[in-house]
Amino acid sequence: MGPRMTRSAVKIAAEDGQDLRAAMPPPDSPLAMRGMTVSYGEKPAVFSVDATFPARSMSAIIGPNGAGKSTLLKASLGVIPRLSGEVWVFGKPLAQARDRIAYVPQRASVDWDFPTTVIDVVQMGLYRKVGLLGRLKGLMTAQAQACLDRVGMADFAHRQIGQLSGGQQQRVFLARALAQDADLYLLDEPFAGVDAATERAIVDVLKLLKSEGKAVVAVHHDLSTVRDYFNYVFLINVRRIAEGPAQTAFTAENLNATYGGRLSATHISELTLSGGAA
Amino acid sequence: MGAEFVQFSLTPILIGVLAAIACALPGNFLILRRQALIGDAISHVVLPGIVVAFLLTGTVAAIPMLIGAAAAAIVAVILIEAVKRLGKIEPGAAMGVVFTTLFAGGVLLLEQSDTSNVHLDVEHALMGNLESLIWFRASGWGSLLDPVALASLPPELGRMAVVCLLIVALTLVFWRWLKIATFDEGFARALGIPASALGFGLVITAAIAAVAAFDAVGSIIVIAMFICPPAAARLMTNRLGAQVWWSVGFAILSAVLGYTLAGYGPLWFGSQNAVSAAGMIAAVSGVILGLASLYGPHRSRVGVGRDDAGA
Amino acid sequence: MSGFLDALLLQAGYNAALVMIGSGLLGFAAGTSGTFMFLRKRALVSDAVAHATLPGIGIAFIVMVLLGGDGRNLVGLLIGSAATAWIGLLLIEWIARRTRLAEDAAIGAVLGVFFGIGIVLLTVIQTMSAGRQAGLESFLLGSTAGMLYSDAVVIAIGGSIAVLATWFMRRPMTLVSFDPEYAAALGYNVRRIDLTMMGLVMMVTVIGLKLVGLILIVAMLIIPAVTARFWTERSNRILWIAGCIGGVAAYVGAAISASAPAVPTGPIIVLVTAVMFVLSLIFAPVRGVSAAIIRHRRFQARVHRRQGLLSLARQEPIREPYTLRLLAREGLIRPDGVPTEAGRAQAAKVARDERRWAVAREVHQDAGLTGRYDGLTPIEDVFTRDEIKDFDRRLGTPFPVEGLA
Repeated sequence: MGPRMTRSAVKIAAEDGQDLRAAMPPPDSPLAMRGMTVSYGEKPAVFSVDATFPARSMSAIIGPNGAGKSTLLKASLGVIPRLSGEVWVFGKPLAQARDRIAYVPQRASVDWDFPTTVIDVVQMGLYRKVGLLGRLKGLMTAQAQACLDRVGMADFAHRQIGQLSGGQQQRVFLARALAQDADLYLLDEPFAGVDAATERAIVDVLKLLKSEGKAVVAVHHDLSTVRDYFNYVFLINVRRIAEGPAQTAFTAENLNATYGGRLSATHISELTLSGGAA
Repeated sequence: MGAEFVQFSLTPILIGVLAAIACALPGNFLILRRQALIGDAISHVVLPGIVVAFLLTGTVAAIPMLIGAAAAAIVAVILIEAVKRLGKIEPGAAMGVVFTTLFAGGVLLLEQSDTSNVHLDVEHALMGNLESLIWFRASGWGSLLDPVALASLPPELGRMAVVCLLIVALTLVFWRWLKIATFDEGFARALGIPASALGFGLVITAAIAAVAAFDAVGSIIVIAMFICPPAAARLMTNRLGAQVWWSVGFAILSAVLGYTLAGYGPLWFGSQNAVSAAGMIAAVSGVILGLASLYGPHRSRVGVGRDDAGA
Repeated sequence: MSGFLDALLLQAGYNAALVMIGSGLLGFAAGTSGTFMFLRKRALVSDAVAHATLPGIGIAFIVMVLLGGDGRNLVGLLIGSAATAWIGLLLIEWIARRTRLAEDAAIGAVLGVFFGIGIVLLTVIQTMSAGRQAGLESFLLGSTAGMLYSDAVVIAIGGSIAVLATWFMRRPMTLVSFDPEYAAALGYNVRRIDLTMMGLVMMVTVIGLKLVGLILIVAMLIIPAVTARFWTERSNRILWIAGCIGGVAAYVGAAISASAPAVPTGPIIVLVTAVMFVLSLIFAPVRGVSAAIIRHRRFQARVHRRQGLLSLARQEPIREPYTLRLLAREGLIRPDGVPTEAGRAQAAKVARDERRWAVAREVHQDAGLTGRYDGLTPIEDVFTRDEIKDFDRRLGTPFPVEGLA
């Protein structure tokens, strides 16, 4: 019985170029991926994920611990290798679009005892532009200083980075991303372990970027702020669970599916309701 | 302090200084990347490299020896990486496995082969012989302008100068890449910088420095110069550029002071015989590090390290 | 060859037999004490300890000569080497704790500087009238010729003491090398136990100086532990496996050296250990390279096969060349990319399982079960047959498959 039903049920896959093009992501999507699989060892951390993040928006990647949120972000940037899958940035392969991406890695991923100053770190964002030997002109130093100003750290330019608080470190990383002057901003847990003032400052900067027509994609932990900060959500738990505008995709049903019972029903209804009310 | 100095001390001091700088420059990055001990591993595998080169060519000419040593260093680096990745073994242990095994192989080959009649022995490999690199034809400072005398400069000086220049040039050219890939490898990769290749290139550069320095001054000084000057420099400043300058300064100071103490120190104690200059240079660099650890303005830890932050 | 067998069976003379037994004991002690350092991720501390013995040897020689004695007295030299090795250890600890430098820089600094000082002292000794034939260089690479009776006795006794000390301290040291914070919570003094571990390593190093020399003793401390790691995941087993590897390698190495001329003991022991390491690296059942390669290949194929079938089920084109090759090889698609009957059947099963998972994740909102929805785990592995039947009932039969139904 099985095989017969199958034959009638499964249509033969595309043979002509038409459908191939149909499967390509829209060219204006700042970040799109197909069939992304990443594994550490013998278990997939991310399995066959398709995603299409929309332009001019703030998108959150949401999921429980170990769901592959950061892994997805890093693999799409080529920071870690992927087992299979394709990535497009503004409709182009990654290698041709690196200049349009800014990246804020997890704060804990670097050695904060490194001998360098705040302004030095921000200028790292300009390295692609100036190349290996090009001189960092006064204009660029001014540019880096302006980026620090945007995150409220102008007075800290010549501090040793080890002397900064966690929130200040995160702001410096954001300033470095701003210095990259990109069209797509990828942030890995930008609000993890930062103080309330820093969180507000970062959100303001990101919202401003969005209003300038840039795209922001952030790995996000705090479900209670999703509705306030983001207008697009991508729910992941190793596999893609759901994606869409926050209004329609950030639902109790999808959260349940993503967190698999790890969130209580009352918690979920609070999250989805309070967001809707606000 | 005239003709005799030029003849007997000038070239060894210059060679010592160049070797110290060539090792200290990559050492700065190795220390920040927690790879300080790669210098230790490389300096041990030089011995099997030269033994194999001798067995293959049958001569003790410098060039084949250097090529053999460099090849051994590269093989060791690749093996360490392979053991680390394939066996999922932490880097220190992987280094320990590889360099001791290669060293043992080198000693065994040396004992088995008929090298007793040539100048090829383990002690020489370890201790070097800086004192013997004199400028025999020099008759005074005027010899610096005398082409005949200049032609008889020890060849080690020219080789060491070339390698030192090469390393200075590489450090300058790749400065930004090295800095960013050392501080934040993930960000470097996101910028499209080939971080893995850069890391490998750094280790190979360190290997070239080690081999050239080993030829002139022996293995011990190499290990000390990779680590002590940059480590002391780290405690003096919080800026990478300044750290590198400090490390170069400390390297020069170690070489000059160490050579002087080894050559003239025993005379002050009424002894006629000099002691090992290479050993003394390493000892002086240790004293500098000790002083920096006690009094360096930036000696204590401020930022949270990579390992502690995640918890 | 018969010479080797004789030696192996302790028939190559009293001295040789003593050296071999001593080597075996020393190898065992080195394997176990090195394991603690390896588990504590401090393998190369032993390298620094070994190099830091050299100045002690020099100082002890000079002091003994100045006191009018024989500078070559082995016990005196060993005491001297232990003293400077201990100073080196304390310095490493001090630098890593008190300054911003990482432990590896501290290890390298102590290693290079102490060795440099040792070389300076050796050149001083060469200029002393008593130092001409001191033969202290043998401590660099171990004795190449036959050993004195007294040396063999020192090695045998020292090896036994080291084994006993390891046995005595094994529990606290295992605990500390495995989970120092837990050990501290239990009231153990972690720093003291750390220093005891290093002291044990130092003892093995000092005893091994005469046999294999200060450069190669490091191999006896590190390689057995690394090798043992391939064969077990349990820390107490690593300890004894490493001990046995170290003991056997040292015993066999000493036997080869005793039976063949011009084969120095130290290097051959290290090479025998290294052979065991390479064999383990390649052939160990779980952590070995060949097993890992096979596993990774299979895993990659599983991922691509599954992704390909998912694409077929969703009627999406497959673009990745490896996936296409794999499916074609298994006869699931034709060379032109069109699915075969088998391919369609498999895709239908994949589609059905995806739907079952969807139902399962609604029914069981349990992170433990639905957390295994990773694309590769078959649903049959997670749920019982009747549970799956229940999912099918909820899906309705005949269930519709995307597309035509």
